[in-house]
Amino acid sequence: MSGWIEICALEDIAPQGSRVVASEQGNIALFRAADDRIFALHDKCPHRGGPLSQGIVHGETVSCPLHGWKLGLKDGEAVAPDQGCAKSFAAKLEGGLVWLKFER
Amino acid sequence: MMTKNKMRLVVVGNGMAGIRAVEELLKLAPDLYDITVFGAEPHPNYNRILLSPVLAGEMTIQDIILNPLDWYRDNGITLHLGKRIERIDRARRKVIADDGSEAGYDRLLLATGSTPFIPPIPGNDLPGVIGYRDIRDTDEMIAAASEHRHAVVIGGGLLGLEAANGLRQRGMDVTVVHLMPWLMERQLDKAAADMLKTSLEARGLKFLLEKQTEALIRGESGRVTALRFKDGLEIPADLVVVAAGIRPSMALAESAGLYCNRGIVVSDTMQTYDPRIYAVGECVSHRGIAYGLVAPLFDQARVCANHLAHHGIARYTGSVTSTKLKVTGIDLFSAGDFMGGEGTEEIVLHDPAGNVYKKLVVKNDILVGAVLYGDTADGAWYFQLVKDGQNIHEIRDHLMFGQNHIGDVGHAGQSKAASMPDEAEVCGCNGVCKGDIVKAIKGHGLFTLDDVRKHTKASSSCGSCTGLVEQILASTVGGAYTPSQSKDKAVCGCTEHSHGVVREAIRSQHLIAIPEVMKALEWKTPNGCASCRPALNYYLISTWPGEAKDDPQSRFVNERAHANIQRDGTYSVVPRMWGGLTTPTELRAIADVAEKYHVPTVKMTGGARVDLLGIKKEDLPKIWADLGAVGMVSGHAYGKSIRTVKTCVGAEHCRFGTQRSMDMGVKLEKMLFGMWSPHKVKLAVSGCPRNCAEAGIKDIGIIGVDSGYELYVAGNGGIKTEVAEFLCKVKNDAEVMEYSGAFLQLYREQGYYLERTCHYVARVGLDHVKATVVNDAPGRQALYERLLFALQDYEDPWQQAVQQPAVRREYEVIQIKGATT
Repeated sequence: MSGWIEICALEDIAPQGSRVVASEQGNIALFRAADDRIFALHDKCPHRGGPLSQGIVHGETVSCPLHGWKLGLKDGEAVAPDQGCAKSFAAKLEGGLVWLKFER
Repeated sequence: MMTKNKMRLVVVGNGMAGIRAVEELLKLAPDLYDITVFGAEPHPNYNRILLSPVLAGEMTIQDIILNPLDWYRDNGITLHLGKRIERIDRARRKVIADDGSEAGYDRLLLATGSTPFIPPIPGNDLPGVIGYRDIRDTDEMIAAASEHRHAVVIGGGLLGLEAANGLRQRGMDVTVVHLMPWLMERQLDKAAADMLKTSLEARGLKFLLEKQTEALIRGESGRVTALRFKDGLEIPADLVVVAAGIRPSMALAESAGLYCNRGIVVSDTMQTYDPRIYAVGECVSHRGIAYGLVAPLFDQARVCANHLAHHGIARYTGSVTSTKLKVTGIDLFSAGDFMGGEGTEEIVLHDPAGNVYKKLVVKNDILVGAVLYGDTADGAWYFQLVKDGQNIHEIRDHLMFGQNHIGDVGHAGQSKAASMPDEAEVCGCNGVCKGDIVKAIKGHGLFTLDDVRKHTKASSSCGSCTGLVEQILASTVGGAYTPSQSKDKAVCGCTEHSHGVVREAIRSQHLIAIPEVMKALEWKTPNGCASCRPALNYYLISTWPGEAKDDPQSRFVNERAHANIQRDGTYSVVPRMWGGLTTPTELRAIADVAEKYHVPTVKMTGGARVDLLGIKKEDLPKIWADLGAVGMVSGHAYGKSIRTVKTCVGAEHCRFGTQRSMDMGVKLEKMLFGMWSPHKVKLAVSGCPRNCAEAGIKDIGIIGVDSGYELYVAGNGGIKTEVAEFLCKVKNDAEVMEYSGAFLQLYREQGYYLERTCHYVARVGLDHVKATVVNDAPGRQALYERLLFALQDYEDPWQQAVQQPAVRREYEVIQIKGATT
């Protein structure tokens, strides 16, 4: 499975919310920012493996629900002084639909 | 890069105050100015406070650099090192340096600091006689220590003792000469100073008190060789360090015609008499006070930056200062007016053998000063009480024994920060040792508790080690740290406003949605953060029930998913058992669910109900459907909300019971179902004073007696055990409902988010609660009615997830269409 894949409609994700997508590469957290931009990260915090999809989304950041690490939605990088990175996936909104890109 | 349209800011002084002002300015308005900084020293901004550890050989110069040269470059700041500004041409708005270079300004910031005061003694200009101020002085002292033997420090204040300790560590024979009858007379009373002197003598320092120096004597080499006192005594001295106080460096400002009076005189906006020229730091005289400790200078820097950035709302109104001696292994703290005097009372604890001395100075039921020697763990707490001017009447009995003894101790911990070994664990939640904290403070140049929390996680979970962490911070950076738990602390980094201000604005401006609040109060971030959004959501729904709409995306996951997230990402389900009562049908349903969904752990909770642990999120609605089929609803074990009403069996069964406590508990729990609150709320009802329901550690504890009920409030069985306080006695069940409801509504309306009832009552005082809930009958009824109004029509959130597809969707994992493996 590779290339752009249609996942769901924009309305299926609450604004400033998230949905979990099951994939071959593990669970992916799909985020919808306040301005309807879409981001996707591996649903696992680099700190203790918390499900990022369950965190609070603010700006371009999500706060992990377990211990409050903040990760950038764009690149999955932890906000300093914490160090770590959740894998990010390319995601886009097109024609009201949300797409995820998988690399082979 | 100079661009034409930007204003020009020139900073004279490359020290901690000036650069802190620049840092604060860059945070507020990064592109407003072209910034030029002149520093007389050849170094970038370094942490002057840590020169003492450098002298003592515990740190190096490199360790104490705060802003490396890269920082100036990255922020586009033009830096002139080793250039002293000699003249300000206010007419042409430019400054001229000693090498002839010039810089024009639109705004000028003077942060010229201070210079050591060298008393007019013959011989004070001899080689080997130095002040103690900068890296050069420190280097000279280190060099002298390797070549010479006898050092004399003139001045037994903070700086003098740190210098003396450092020179002693480097192997010199050190004598401290002091004019006054005891050491550090501006920070300590005699009793504490005597204990300090004894400790320092044990480390090999010598002291000559009440001695006046007459002359410094020149040796054959031309260097100083001895020191002679007025009484004729002479002692050998190859190095004389003068630490007899500092003088604001204001010659430059004076020569430019700016008004100076024991410092460059500034207003509350940190402006000099020329409004284009600001001044901060040790060179400044504000309301007649020149500060020499770093914490006030940082406050000044913040205010100054606010005005430079054209925000124009901040005012500096002066600081209460605290002192901490940075001599490894000595715990010493003082704050405020510690000498006492007319109209003050002193509470003293003195144990010379145990090497502990504490003095608290109280005036009109307010703590105005404190001196601590030996055990300083509560220094930060006392300092906060002094700063906040909080009435201590109610806690006076226990004040001396520290914050942990207000109520009972949950987490005992260490109390002697400086003497703790590096490997001692400070934060039990996150496994952080003292050494980790000290390393982070030194390595990253940290000054505040929040910084330490971010870098080490210490004190960021349960918070019971906060006092200790603050002490470690204080003993590492000295007077530079700013205690952060102030009453008017900002909600989070997204705003300057405190919880109190935000609550009041929501009420008075009738704000009913988070974006409205953020707009009205000028939030700095577009949509807040994980700290402020849950607080705002709570304030809105509790202030405007029925009008403000609950925002699930501004709730912590547990309250959004209506289950408790666990460390492995699974959830726990706790169905409500009213008053701790259940039925065979309910138990059967729970057993069936546990088997059907392979629930790995089934456990009794402390709140007398059953916890099903290890459940996948997508199974939650299915489990709730099964439980709902027998009438079970959410137990809200996950919420800042009503949790449980614990009961004993009471007069229904118990031979000692005086009241029907199970009945009472069920009625209360049904009334409070769906009540969101600043933090979790737990109640208990006991049927007699034997109190089997443990009502003494609940937010509301109700104890049945023959003639009615006794109500207790603000107990807590958590991090720190707090015994509930007696509120009043009531006659019957209806009164229990009304008084309890009124108290909880008061807490809901006035409590700050994440403040438990014990913290709320400690903040506002039990007298305030009694005046509103007990003595004011119409007020009580109005509170009670507002609570009932807010709780009407509340629906079980579990059944909403079961019945409404839009809600249920949140629990479902998206499967990719046509996915193949």
